[in-house]
Amino acid sequence: MFELFGNLVAFGLLRLSAESAAGAAVQFFVMDVSKIFVLLVIVIYLMGLLRALLSPEKVREFVRGRPDWQARSFAVTLGAVTPFCSCSSVPLFIGFVEAGIPLGVTFSFLIASPMINEVAAVILVGILGWKLAALYVGAGLLVAWFGGIVMQLFRPERWVEAYVWKIQMGQADLPEPDRSFARRHRYAVAEVREIVGRIWKWVLLGIGLGALFHGFVPEQWVGENLGGDAWYTVPAAVLTGIPLYSNATGVIPVAEAMLTKGVAVGTTLALMMSVAALSLPEMLILRKVIKWQALALFAGVLAVAFMLVGWGFNVIT
Amino acid sequence: MKNIKVLGSGCRNCEITANVITLAAKQAGVDIQLEKITDIAAIMAYGVMSTPGVVVDGKLVHSGGIPGPDQVRSWVEG
Repeated sequence: MFELFGNLVAFGLLRLSAESAAGAAVQFFVMDVSKIFVLLVIVIYLMGLLRALLSPEKVREFVRGRPDWQARSFAVTLGAVTPFCSCSSVPLFIGFVEAGIPLGVTFSFLIASPMINEVAAVILVGILGWKLAALYVGAGLLVAWFGGIVMQLFRPERWVEAYVWKIQMGQADLPEPDRSFARRHRYAVAEVREIVGRIWKWVLLGIGLGALFHGFVPEQWVGENLGGDAWYTVPAAVLTGIPLYSNATGVIPVAEAMLTKGVAVGTTLALMMSVAALSLPEMLILRKVIKWQALALFAGVLAVAFMLVGWGFNVIT
Repeated sequence: MKNIKVLGSGCRNCEITANVITLAAKQAGVDIQLEKITDIAAIMAYGVMSTPGVVVDGKLVHSGGIPGPDQVRSWVEG
């Protein structure tokens, strides 16, 4: 349906040739814009209806005082299903520390949270198929799980800003929220507005880049240079992703264009993860609670993990 | 006079929340004293992890996200 719409606009309305680079790019752009935004609105709305049940305060209560592996499982899963915006990572971090949750577990949560979320997962299934979606989510969970463990080995406690340890958290006694459907509907609509309002730029930018790649980069060049035979394409993808910052949803159209042109799966996954999880703005926000040594370690551990994922999948496929 | 605090370290949603409350108070013709709490330690002292939070006369009434119009009305009028 969306492909048809793309064809209609690009080849019918604008009279571009399907063989031309511009025609291919426009068709891709129109198809993905319509498809992704329709999916975005539906998924965010449905999740909004359910989201009244989950808050960071509840997550904290859930994870606190559990044995390490259990705490980590919960932290990673909850990080994956709750799209908290990066502006709440500081209170989250402090809240976790204050509850006595090990730092390694907290880092697992901080890795999983931006990289995997249910909105990106559904759009991945819609655009790239369930196999790739499963690969991305599975690899992301693994990285979050082991990334936190590796962080813990370096005893990151010494790099937490001193004031964080001193904060005393009060007991929130919020009135029981109204769970009527009308209220949840209103909450879900507000969520759609808020999230789409926040990420539409990234998504459009991603689709634009994907469309350019799709239309103008020759397949033969891709096959020769990014086909996955050369080992350095994976670290190059990870490095490219660090300065590029986008929402996890925004990278999907870029990945789509790369994959259809024959870029290796591992290389594509490495780029997606690096763009979504390793970002300068997020790092600067975290700098408020941890010293730069810990940030450098965080970035280093993630970069290595993404390279391992990339190489791993390039070897398997 | 009612004292209303908006808890949040200056994110966009916190600004919006403060504006919504000011507007609702004006419409209801109620005088309120609005404070913005941006210090993270002070915010956490209320037990809030998801900002913006709202405190009315020392009691936490809301956290996480922009409050609905009927909620805001009940705070300034109630």
